[in-house]
Amino acid sequence: MSTQTPDTDDSDPQAERMARKDERAAEREEAASTPDVGDDAITLKVFRYDPEVADKQEPRFDTFHVPREPGITVLDALIYARDTYDSSLTFRHSCRQAVCGSDALFINGSQRLGCQTQIADLNDSETVRVEPLPHREVVKDLVVDMDHFYDQMDAVEPYFSPKEDPDGEQLQSRENREKIKMSTRCIWCGACMSSCNVAAGDNEYLGPAAINKAYRFYFDEREGEDRQEERLRIIEQEHGVWRCQTQFSCTTVCPKDIPLTEHIQELKREAVKQNLKFW
Amino acid sequence: MYEHDVIVVGGGGSGLRAAIGAHEAGADVAIVTKLHPVRSHTGAAEGGINAALREGDDWELHAYDTVKGGDYIVDAPAAETLAQDAPENVVQLENWGMPFSREEDGRMSQRPFGGLSFPRTTYAGAETGHHLLHTLYEQVVKRGITVYDEWYVTRLAVTDEDDPNDRSCHGVVAWDIQTGEIEGFRGRDGVVLATGGDGQVFDHTTNAVANTADGVAMAYRAGVPIEDMEFVQFHPTTLPSTGVLISEGTRGEGGILYNGEGERLMYEYGYATNDGELASRDVVARGELTEINAGRGVDDEYVHLDMRHLGEERIVDRLENILHLAEDFEGVDGLENPMPVKPGHHYEMGGIETNENGETCVDGLYAVGEAACVSVHGSNRLGGNALPELLVFGARAGKHAAGEDLGEPEIPVGKTEGDEGIEESDVDFPVEPGALAASSAVVSGDSPEGVVDAALEAETERIEGLLEKDEGVNHADVRSKIQKSMTDNVNVFREEGAIEEALETIREAREEYEDVSVADKSRTFNTDLQHTIETRNVIDTAELIAMGALAREEFRGAHWRKEYQERRDDEWLKHTMISWNDGTPELWYRPALLEGENQTYEPKERHY
Repeated sequence: MSTQTPDTDDSDPQAERMARKDERAAEREEAASTPDVGDDAITLKVFRYDPEVADKQEPRFDTFHVPREPGITVLDALIYARDTYDSSLTFRHSCRQAVCGSDALFINGSQRLGCQTQIADLNDSETVRVEPLPHREVVKDLVVDMDHFYDQMDAVEPYFSPKEDPDGEQLQSRENREKIKMSTRCIWCGACMSSCNVAAGDNEYLGPAAINKAYRFYFDEREGEDRQEERLRIIEQEHGVWRCQTQFSCTTVCPKDIPLTEHIQELKREAVKQNLKFW
Repeated sequence: MYEHDVIVVGGGGSGLRAAIGAHEAGADVAIVTKLHPVRSHTGAAEGGINAALREGDDWELHAYDTVKGGDYIVDAPAAETLAQDAPENVVQLENWGMPFSREEDGRMSQRPFGGLSFPRTTYAGAETGHHLLHTLYEQVVKRGITVYDEWYVTRLAVTDEDDPNDRSCHGVVAWDIQTGEIEGFRGRDGVVLATGGDGQVFDHTTNAVANTADGVAMAYRAGVPIEDMEFVQFHPTTLPSTGVLISEGTRGEGGILYNGEGERLMYEYGYATNDGELASRDVVARGELTEINAGRGVDDEYVHLDMRHLGEERIVDRLENILHLAEDFEGVDGLENPMPVKPGHHYEMGGIETNENGETCVDGLYAVGEAACVSVHGSNRLGGNALPELLVFGARAGKHAAGEDLGEPEIPVGKTEGDEGIEESDVDFPVEPGALAASSAVVSGDSPEGVVDAALEAETERIEGLLEKDEGVNHADVRSKIQKSMTDNVNVFREEGAIEEALETIREAREEYEDVSVADKSRTFNTDLQHTIETRNVIDTAELIAMGALAREEFRGAHWRKEYQERRDDEWLKHTMISWNDGTPELWYRPALLEGENQTYEPKERHY
C-alpha cells in the first residue's frame, strides 16, 4: 500500500522550500485580509421584480458593490451580492461550469451564461448590468419562465428513432458522429431563443434550439429515411425553418459555439431537396 | 394530493433511468425534481462508462477491479451485478441514440481509466455525462412520463413504528419552487430517492450547488441506516480556483502530472510505480497533496497536468471539452501550457443503505445513484464506475418498485438484532451528535393517504415556521462554517483531533440553525427558503461523514488516518452504519460481503 504522510524530512533544500512556502503563505494572508470591497470594486446593477412584494412589483435596478477578485465571473458576483447583502436576490444556477444551462442572463446587453462570463472580459467591466433573458416572462428577479422554451423543444419530437429495432450495438461512422457533434452540445440554456428577433415576433416559431435538436436527429445516420421525411415535415411547417432570417444572433450568443444559423440553413436545403424529389 | 404508482425524487441520470425502468414495467411513474432534469449534475460527468463489452474483457475482470479499487470493502454481489448488467445498459443507451465516440470500424470507443485491467471506459468525448443525461431525458419525453420540475421534495411520508424495519413509505411532500404551493405526492407502489451527491458539505468541490444530499438526510431522519459516509472521493484533477473537474480521461489519453520542480511525481516519489498517473484516484490525490505539503507544489497550491504532447488533433478529437473548461474557468490554454490541478471533493461513496434492487429497510422506499450505497464503490470509487452504477441500479430499482421480480437479493438491509456479524461501536464522540431535541421525520396515519396527509401537515408547519420568523441567522453563514471546517479537518488527510474539531463545529452549526430565519418572505421562487432547508441536510450529512471518519481507525481507500497507517482487515472489513435513532444517532457495523458468484475476493495489498 502506498502510504504517504504529509510530514516531511529535514534535508536542507526541503527546509528552504518550506521557508519560502511560509513566506508566501504570509503574503497571501495579508492580501486576503485587506478591506473588503476595495477601491476598484465592481458595480453590479441587477434587475429586481417580485409580483408579491410591494416595493418590487414595479421592476427596478438594485446596485451592489462586489470586490474585484482575479477571474471573478458574473455568477460569482451575483452569489457574493446575495450572500453578503440581500438573500432574496434570486437567480437560477447550479453546476458553475457551463453545462447545466441554468444561468443564461442578459449581461451588459447580450445573452451570456453568468458562470462562463468573466467580468474582466466584458466591454464595460466597471459597471455590470444583469437582467433576465429578454422575450421571456419574468417570474422573479433574474428568473424567467422556461416553459415555452421546453414546449418548443418537445414539438420537434426530440428523441431518437432507430431504423429498425437494433440487435445489439448500432454502428456509426466517425464522420457521421462528427457531423452531429456540435448539435449535440446544446445545454438548453435558451440564450439563442432570447436573442432571436423572429422568435420575439412569432411565439410559435420553433426557434434555433429546437431546430438544432431536429438537426441532431435528422443527420444521425442511425435513423432511417422514413424518419427523416417525418422530421422534415415538422421543421418546414409554417413556424419552422423558413422563418429564420439568417441574422446570426443565435449563433453569436450560443455559449457552446454551435453554428445554429448554419444548421437551420442546411435543413432548409434538405427540405428543398426533399420537395424536388416529388416534382 | 398527486398520485402515481411510483414517485422518483430527482431527475439526474439515476432518477431518469429509474423512471424509464418503472415505466417499462408498466407503472404510472412521475419524477419530482428541484431542477429541470437537464440541469442535473450527471451532465457534468466527463470521463465515461465502464462496461465489459469487448473481446478480451469480461464481467469478472470488471467486478474484480471494482472490489480491488474499493479496497475490499465492496459488497461482492453489488460489484458483480454492476459488472454483469453494465454492457446491456451501455448498448441500450447506444440504441437510444447516445452519441458515443466511435472507432474507425464504427463501434463505440473505449479508453483506459485508473485502476482498470482493461480499457473498458466507454465515452462520448469528455462530456459523457451530458450526452447520457440528455439521451435519458429524451426517452422520458418519448414515453410521456410526468415530470414535476422545480418541485423540491423536503420530506418523506414514512410511518412511525418503533423499529425502522417495520416502517413503510407512502409518498413525499414537495413544494413548487415557482409558486410556493406545498403538496403531498402519494406513491402507491414506491418512492425512489435519486437525489445525488453531497458536494455542498465541502467548499472546494466539483459538484453543483444543488448537491446538498437531500435524499440522504431525509432517509436518515426517517430511520434508514446510512452507510460508509466517511468514504469521500477527492478527485486528483480539479481546477484550483473553482473546483471544476478535469476528466480522468485526460490522464487516460496520456496526460502527465508534474510537481513544481518539473518531476513526474507519481513515479519520482514512488506513489504508484507501475500505473503512474493511472493509479486509483485516492492514490493520485494523496500523491499530489503530499508534494504540495512538502513544498514541491506550484505556488504551494497545485501541480501541473500536461497534455500538450498528445498533439492538437488527438486533444480536439477526444478531450475538446477539457480545453474549453481550462480556458473558461482557469484562463489556461491546454494546447500551449500545462493545466493547474489539485484534489477536490468529487464523490460520496457512501449513502442510503440498499440492496441490489435498490430497496431500503423501509417498505416502499428505494434509493439509487450517488445518494445510495449498495455498496459497489467501497472505500474508493473507480473512475467510470458512477455512470454504470446509476444505469444498472436505477433500472433495477425502477423495475422492482413497479412490481417486477428480480430475484432474491443477497445483500441484507436494516438493523436486525442477532443478524450475523452486526456489532455496536464503542467510539466516543467529543460532543453529542444528532438532534438538539429528539425527533424523527415520521408520522402516523390510518391509511396510505392519511400518512401522506400527516407528513404534509408536519412539513407545512415546519416551512411556515421558517418563513414566519423575522430575525435570525442566515443559512449562508451556517453553511459556509460547515464547508470550511469539513475542508480544513475532514479532507484527504485526516487525524483524530481535527475530526473532533469538525464535530464540535457541526454541533455549533446545529445550535445556530435553531435560530435560522428566511429573509425573503415571498412565495414566488424563494431560493432563500430552498437554501435554508438544504442547509439542514448539509449539517446532517457533514456529521455522518465526520462520525464515520472518527470511528474508522484504519487507512483504507480514500480514508487516510494519521494515527493508523495500515489497512486493518482483521478488524475493519466492515461497513460503517449510522442510524438516526429518533435523534440520538447510533453507530454500528455490518460485515462486508466478499463472497462472489464464482470466487471469494480475498483482500490483497493494493498496488498500482
